[in-house]
Amino acid sequence: MRSHHDMGGLPAGRIQATEHEYALWEKRVDALMVLLSGAGRMTVDELRKNIEAIAPDAYDRMTYYERWIHSISQTLIQRGVITIEELARKIAQVEARPNERCG
Amino acid sequence: MSSGGANAPVVPRFRGGERVKVRRADVPGHIRTPWYIRGQAGVIERLCGTYPNPEELAYARSGLPAQPLYRVRFAQTEVWPDYAGDAADTIDVEIYQHWLEPG
Amino acid sequence: MHMHMHEHGNAPNLTYYQVLETAVRELLIEKGVLSAEAVQREVEKMDARSPAQGARVVARVWSSPAFKAKLLDRGNDALVDLGLERGPYKLVVVENSADVHNLVVCTLCSCYPRWLLGLPPDWYKSRSYRSRAVREPRAVLSEFGLELPGGVTVRVHDSTADMRYLVLPVRPANTEGWSEAQLASIVTRDCMIGVAVPKL
Repeated sequence: MRSHHDMGGLPAGRIQATEHEYALWEKRVDALMVLLSGAGRMTVDELRKNIEAIAPDAYDRMTYYERWIHSISQTLIQRGVITIEELARKIAQVEARPNERCG
Repeated sequence: MSSGGANAPVVPRFRGGERVKVRRADVPGHIRTPWYIRGQAGVIERLCGTYPNPEELAYARSGLPAQPLYRVRFAQTEVWPDYAGDAADTIDVEIYQHWLEPG
Repeated sequence: MHMHMHEHGNAPNLTYYQVLETAVRELLIEKGVLSAEAVQREVEKMDARSPAQGARVVARVWSSPAFKAKLLDRGNDALVDLGLERGPYKLVVVENSADVHNLVVCTLCSCYPRWLLGLPPDWYKSRSYRSRAVREPRAVLSEFGLELPGGVTVRVHDSTADMRYLVLPVRPANTEGWSEAQLASIVTRDCMIGVAVPKL
């Protein structure tokens, strides 16, 4: 069965030649990947595998770096670098901060 | 097929110019052989080198023994039944040896 | 793991994924896995990368047969000669000619020679490009405004593994005597992906 990400040759619409200025948070996601893989904490293969595991509708709705950060967090949990509880606690802390500027 | 110790790189079996066929297999996991090229016949364009197997790396395993990786060239008119370009047009895909059979 | 869409009470400017990025980064810093300074350095390194680097490679190839030979034969080693990063992946340079036009895509994700060209454009990562570039490359080129003359063969390269690709455009006529800087100025990112050709 063809996986959702394995899209070569499928029919698709016109290419929208859009670009966007990468936001700081996106560049940081990229930086995390470079640093984590450089430190041997994860591989690009795990990054890809965990992106490929995203459900099709979510895969299509998420942006490129949204898929990356989702995958990075999954990989770190799988590798035991962080726990789900730690992550949930930290997420709650971040959300509780007053008016963080959007990165 | 490997020489030396269990983790010695797998010996390349194909040479530039040889006809090969991509295995028509449907397996779970992280696969870097695109769906559209499975079962297709092509020609070895070059041996790229030997690399740890991404299918294993994706699960935080060593990926050893390293597998030969080839660029394989295919005729577009053979890959796509409705191909709307020139008969000479080609597509080159990087494919690991364990996905290739003599063509 | 199921992640909920939380209400962002006091952090209305952050999306769920921005919160996640912050949370992951801070946890990793707290655990000593990486430092804030290292993250900042990588961001700055990426900011410094742009298609201008790839353009310098092309300009040097056009100007120096010896460099061209080295690049085609030994790829990454030649980059070091230009003071560029060797890069983490093997570079395969695919050369356009009067008879051949090359186009690069990664159908499975979005592999791209980032260390040479910087970050890829959104369209390169889009479903439309990834799906159609392999199957109808000439229609894709038309959408980018590139009509190839008759008799030109199109070669598509699907970057599925550890190679990264740079298209070497044909040097336009009427550029004799141009400096490398002048030559580099007409080599755009899109020329090096293969959806455009240099224009004077």
